[in-house]
Amino acid sequence: MSDFVEGRTGQWEVVIGLEVHAQVSSNAKLFSGASTDFGAEPNANVSLVDAAMPGMLPVINRECVRQAVRTGLGLHAEINLVSVFDRKNYFYADLPQGYQISQFKQPIVGEGTLRLDMPDGSVREIGIERLHLEQDAGKSMHDQHPSKSYIDLNRTGVALMEIVSKPDMRSAAEAAAYVKKLRSILRYLGTCDGNMEEGSMRADVNVSVRRPGEEFGTRTETKNLNSMRFIQQAIDYEVARQIEIIEDGGQIDQETRLFDTGAGTTRAMRSKEDAHDYRYFPDPDLLPLVIPQDEVDELKAALPELPDAIRDRLTNDYGLSAYDAAVITEERETAAFYEAASTGRDRKLVANWMTVELFGALNKSGQTLADCNISPVALGGLVGLIEDGTISGKIAKDVFADMFESGKDAATVVEEKGLKQVSDSGAIEAMIDEVIAGNADKVAEYRGGKDKLFGFFVGQVMKASKGQANPGMVNQMLRAKLDG
Amino acid sequence: MSDILSMTAVEARAALDKKTISAVELATAYIAAAEETSSLNNYVAVTADHALSMAAQSDKRIAAGEAGILEGIPVGVKDLFCTAGVASTACSRILQGFIPPYESTVTANLWQAGGVMLGKLNCDEFAMGSGNETSAYGPAINPWQAGDGVDLVPGGSSGGSASAVAARAALMATGTDTGGSIRQPAAFCGVVGLKPTYGRCSRWGIVAFASSLDQAGPFSRTVADNALMMQAMASHDPKDSTSADEPMPDLSAALDAGVKGMRVGVPREYVMDGMDPDVVALWQTGQAWLRDAGAELVDISLPHTKYALPAYYIIAPAEASSNLARYDGVRYGLRVEADSLDDMYGETRAAGFGEEVQRRIMIGTYVLSAGYYDAYYLKAQRVRRLIKDDFDTAFQSVDAILTPATPTAAFPVGRTVDDPVTNYLNDVFTVPANLAGLPGISVPAGLNADGLPLGLQVLGRPFDEATLYSVGRVIEDAAGFSATPTRRAGGTS
Repeated sequence: MSDFVEGRTGQWEVVIGLEVHAQVSSNAKLFSGASTDFGAEPNANVSLVDAAMPGMLPVINRECVRQAVRTGLGLHAEINLVSVFDRKNYFYADLPQGYQISQFKQPIVGEGTLRLDMPDGSVREIGIERLHLEQDAGKSMHDQHPSKSYIDLNRTGVALMEIVSKPDMRSAAEAAAYVKKLRSILRYLGTCDGNMEEGSMRADVNVSVRRPGEEFGTRTETKNLNSMRFIQQAIDYEVARQIEIIEDGGQIDQETRLFDTGAGTTRAMRSKEDAHDYRYFPDPDLLPLVIPQDEVDELKAALPELPDAIRDRLTNDYGLSAYDAAVITEERETAAFYEAASTGRDRKLVANWMTVELFGALNKSGQTLADCNISPVALGGLVGLIEDGTISGKIAKDVFADMFESGKDAATVVEEKGLKQVSDSGAIEAMIDEVIAGNADKVAEYRGGKDKLFGFFVGQVMKASKGQANPGMVNQMLRAKLDG
Repeated sequence: MSDILSMTAVEARAALDKKTISAVELATAYIAAAEETSSLNNYVAVTADHALSMAAQSDKRIAAGEAGILEGIPVGVKDLFCTAGVASTACSRILQGFIPPYESTVTANLWQAGGVMLGKLNCDEFAMGSGNETSAYGPAINPWQAGDGVDLVPGGSSGGSASAVAARAALMATGTDTGGSIRQPAAFCGVVGLKPTYGRCSRWGIVAFASSLDQAGPFSRTVADNALMMQAMASHDPKDSTSADEPMPDLSAALDAGVKGMRVGVPREYVMDGMDPDVVALWQTGQAWLRDAGAELVDISLPHTKYALPAYYIIAPAEASSNLARYDGVRYGLRVEADSLDDMYGETRAAGFGEEVQRRIMIGTYVLSAGYYDAYYLKAQRVRRLIKDDFDTAFQSVDAILTPATPTAAFPVGRTVDDPVTNYLNDVFTVPANLAGLPGISVPAGLNADGLPLGLQVLGRPFDEATLYSVGRVIEDAAGFSATPTRRAGGTS
């Protein structure tokens, strides 16, 4: 496998590590009881603690802790039964406490792994360095008043998981696949809704380049990327920029960079020398966070089946292609739909109908699986009718289109429209006889050696049956009559 | 009305229940007393209307037979406690005009028990100081004077609390103790002050100085009153993650338990240069009192004592530098407008914080900075561990520890203002208990040659406040401390 980038002076290897901030799905904030609802009026979801009123104290929301543990378990990571909250000190108008409560030296989750199934069928293991819990900051709005900034504290104190990868990725495509897979796992676990447009997931991207096999180069960190496309654009831009600088004899500065979403470029925000001294120290308002092993065991036992496991089952037990399995398992809802639809049916056939017809129809109509007319039982029913010969695959497409429109089940559509496949040999024979009788000249030509006319006769019989004759039987019986 | 001011809280409670006095009468007397002694500047606000309305309600509950354990008792509140609807400023310009919409857990507990709020008491700005001289409201004054009539500090940071209780301008008062801020002013003003075990009293709603050290506690004129108030203040509070879920025993039972058979440690390290010889003598006298009462005095060693003060003056400012970051002019309190956000921060904090607070913020910021963290903050935390270990070892062989509360009696106002290090030395005997999270009580036990009160300190095991009250009561009885300050309400001299 070669992801090397060709420069003017030879090949370069790209090294990427990601820090993903994922908002914990929880009703209340990390250290206060205020709501985490998105889209509320500015400063509607702010408690005395969030506003850092004098004498207010943080109290950990245990559900956020459980969510972090679930996520750690989903990433096959080490769960630290004792972890510590630290204060990260800096002044900003949307940071009321003057510090962010985070985890610095002792995070709640340690090393883990994430599996990437690449489109070429190869598998990559990306290392997880750590996961820690921290508070989100508020939002500064600089466009509401000519000379003042407005502050919205609704996000202040919302729980985030910062998930840090090892520098294991080698291309923008791999980085995007990593984020996609991480998002999928978080959504399966129900620990983050993965909604990048609402800011529930954002990534900081660390990029460096080196000659293949050499030591790591100096990296830059591009902050706060909130779409898969921006992540790839930022990486591609950084890779090109860094290679050009080095090939021109320059050096890469270790710095933090900002992504310009309009231009697709990055620019320096602050250098290492200007970096804040955050004066981290253990938050004296909080005791070390202790999680009993029993609780970890309970959470582990209650975890849902995750995409890797389902995918393995789909390919190994059901015989699905890696591609179909990947498409079906990306979202928990899709996988659940497939399981329900395919139980007791031809698994591969159901997979085919889902990925081609159903997803095609959803794409065209802009609907989602959840709000479309087709239920798992209905799709299974349609495949069942194909399996038992009630309808042909061709007819099934028409039946599906009707189902997608009307919400009726397959049997009802077939019944109402009289689409039931004709497998009665007497009826088929009668139609064949009629076709032979009406096309004596063609019969003579066929029997005279013009074999290609066989298809014409099949078509005529199918037409006579309005497409409902069992095509296998038509073939067999027609051949017997003409050749016999 | 001077008789009513002479009553202890226990006596007042009995009189209220017998209806020989009313809560409104008691409150009225104390409001007048606070006004009479206003030159001591120990109140920053007397909340007379508030007090009278609470007292009227107390009278109703007494009449209905629903009196709480502090029903009708007038209590002064250190300005560090947030009190709903009443300005709470930590005696800082930066919180000028701040009126919290919430009540601290400790004061809520007191009102729940029937206490009547007299007003807010002066203290050092953000509780940083040992003489109540850093307050934005000016210094509180000690009601005691030596022969020269010079104004003395009441100690700090809870100087207003100690001064008001000693001057009979409050029957009891709340304080907070981060490095001695209850015990040192109690000793300077001749009253009883207890710092409970860390976690005993909720810190919720108390303006934070150093979160891992701060602890609220009671001031009173007698040991029995102190136990009564402590009983009402303490609670397990789910809103404070460091609040302990330890049931508080009935402290009144401890008052008469005596010290017979008790082993009391005397740490050989609790001596220092410049110590008042009268303090050393009183300490020895105290040992004799306890021995006479049946205790066994044990010579003990707390070898890391000398490192306590330097460690404290790293840890406390470090936490304070972060705790005080929220006073930024953005949401409440003082704001000095400026052209940029950074300038607004700088100008607001320069105008809002006094010199001592600024000094500690700078020290704290420094010791947490990259490159200094390990050498200062981390090392101080290790020292803290060793000090805790010293006490753990000592408490394997003793039940309580007897020390002087302070190296000297109260000093003149203004003497140490320009000499912070000398000022910091006031805390030398009290700081170790904060670092170790232990309870400590200061009990007035005698006068020095200048006629100024001195206190003895008793330290105990975690959550064993009961033993401190047993020992404190024996010292109180033996000392027979009956001297009164010159500048007290209803005073004759």
